[in-house]
Amino acid sequence: MGFDCIVLAKQVPDTANITGDAMKEDGTVNRAALPAIFNPEDLNALEMALDIVEEHGGTVTLLTMGPPRAGELLRQALYRGADRGVLLTDRRFAVGDTLATSYTLACAAKAIGTYDLVLCGRQAIDGDTAQVGPQTAEKLGIPQMTYVDKVVKLGDGKVQARRSIGRGYEVVEASLPCLLTVVGTANEPRPPRAKLLMKYKHALAPSEVEQDVMVELSSKAGKKADADAVQAGVAGRIEALRKKGLVLEEWKPEDIDAKLDRIGFTGSPTRVKNIEFVVIKGAETKMVEPSDEGLGQLLRELVAEHTLG
Amino acid sequence: MDGYDGVWVFAEQEDGKLADVGLELLSKGRELADRLKTKLSAVLLGDGVRGLSKMLIAHGADEVLVADDERLGHYTVGPYTKVICDAARARKPAIAVFGATTIGRDLAPRVASTLTCGLTADCTDLQIGDYEDEKESKSYNDLLYQIRPAFGGNIIATIVNPLGWPQMATVREGVMKMGVPDSKRKGTVTEIDVVLDAEDLMTEVIESEKVEKSVDLKGAQVIVSGGAGVGSRENFKLIRDLAHTLGAAVGASRAAVDGGFIDHDHQVGQTGTTVRPRLYIACGISGAIQHRAGMSESGKIIAINSDAKAPIFDIAHYGIVGDLNDVIPRMIEIYRKKSAH
Repeated sequence: MGFDCIVLAKQVPDTANITGDAMKEDGTVNRAALPAIFNPEDLNALEMALDIVEEHGGTVTLLTMGPPRAGELLRQALYRGADRGVLLTDRRFAVGDTLATSYTLACAAKAIGTYDLVLCGRQAIDGDTAQVGPQTAEKLGIPQMTYVDKVVKLGDGKVQARRSIGRGYEVVEASLPCLLTVVGTANEPRPPRAKLLMKYKHALAPSEVEQDVMVELSSKAGKKADADAVQAGVAGRIEALRKKGLVLEEWKPEDIDAKLDRIGFTGSPTRVKNIEFVVIKGAETKMVEPSDEGLGQLLRELVAEHTLG
Repeated sequence: MDGYDGVWVFAEQEDGKLADVGLELLSKGRELADRLKTKLSAVLLGDGVRGLSKMLIAHGADEVLVADDERLGHYTVGPYTKVICDAARARKPAIAVFGATTIGRDLAPRVASTLTCGLTADCTDLQIGDYEDEKESKSYNDLLYQIRPAFGGNIIATIVNPLGWPQMATVREGVMKMGVPDSKRKGTVTEIDVVLDAEDLMTEVIESEKVEKSVDLKGAQVIVSGGAGVGSRENFKLIRDLAHTLGAAVGASRAAVDGGFIDHDHQVGQTGTTVRPRLYIACGISGAIQHRAGMSESGKIIAINSDAKAPIFDIAHYGIVGDLNDVIPRMIEIYRKKSAH
């Protein structure tokens, strides 16, 4: 039978691990100090897709929109057994809100062609909106099931999935094609397979090659590299990669028939008016010694003022 | 924007009971509507729910838009989206706010996508104000400021939506304060169209199972909360022990929940529960802004952390720089001795 799955993934800064080290003197976060990772719940979505295909047959295509270095997500997916990866990268896609992003992803899914299931994580750890999944489903005109932690049944043109919805569960059924957003408790994502890692670790998307060549030539010359030299370098590298089947697919707005006024900043109804660095300083913090005397005094105070019983 | 007017609040209900968040949002909606000198409408969908209109009017709605239909009995995304979008296209509200519940987070994005309008999730405040678009040299008055903590800790972002109306936002339960209902308030109840074809139905609920929440954080007066610093699920026993000793509820940061130390029911923060206890004890919690958004209005805050630079100390009334594995047992022992007198 087989089910063709598209997995939508995002590369995000590792916000789950903000320690004192990542904080700057002025109390703000040093983004450059945070590594970029595969959004955790998208990895759960990939895992669910790989499980489905292992059981029923079919294909898994990883789709991501981001800067060139998001090509790493394609490799990570290929290391785990995905069949194909596509990187949507272009300045015109950038700075999009969820509406523009979901429009872009929907155009790409349509360009991929047929699919039975679209899977993505419930939400990304940087935006936390959980909007892209449902909005992409709406743009594709397909049903959505959010907060999925288990696929219960798949076949006869339908999917039944269990949703974990706060105060309990519900099992919901819809016709295929259908979009599922997957929660972190759904499964334990598999690690990369050594053989696949060896095979794909040098695979690169054209934009990644361009960035690499630009950096190398610029540092050699001690100034920004000449555009022609970069192009020549890039062409040569890509040709070498192509011979080994290691060029990752990369698409621009033209490749997915995307209307330019609906992508990126232009296609985003929401705008950030301003950002405030809030260093919250209420009343002075009373520092307490972690000794019996210090803690005893604190507890006495709290009991005396009836904060504690 | 021309032709758009009115503030809508989605009055979420389940099994004939209105969710608190909808009532909280009506209080906020009342403020926004008064500021804009416009009407506040509660949007109520369900089966046999017309009677809930009274409470919605008592909580501030000028009008209740009701869609009462068998097919809306149990929430599913297709019919709810269609009914709300049909009504929104016909009536053109300027603002539409939903609770950021599992229903709201399933429904609001689909509605926003259908109407191709802007949506901001998990707002911690909503205000009305002006906006200068410097790029386009345009001025806008009386836009909805959608205010939320943004990634990066210590950043509050104000988001506006000048042209993609209605301006939509979701807000978590407990963030806005519920007002006192006034049963003398008057309002109108208007039936809205329910036009659904087979395709609109989209999904079918095969079975559903309710599980009682294991903890009531919202009602707790004292909360002892553990973060990544606790280290493991086993070590979370320290947090439970201290909570038990003090008669407190057990809370957790997102890092602790994500790390598998404790389940999501205990999570405090922007993506968990918002709490306002008399006393909040944060143990091994760094104090990322998304956590602070969920507890910063606690009466008194004690922070225990081995990292003197942890942001939690910025909002703590009492700060203890130390190892929680040492501090917590000490506190338990001291408190027990005291209680024995």
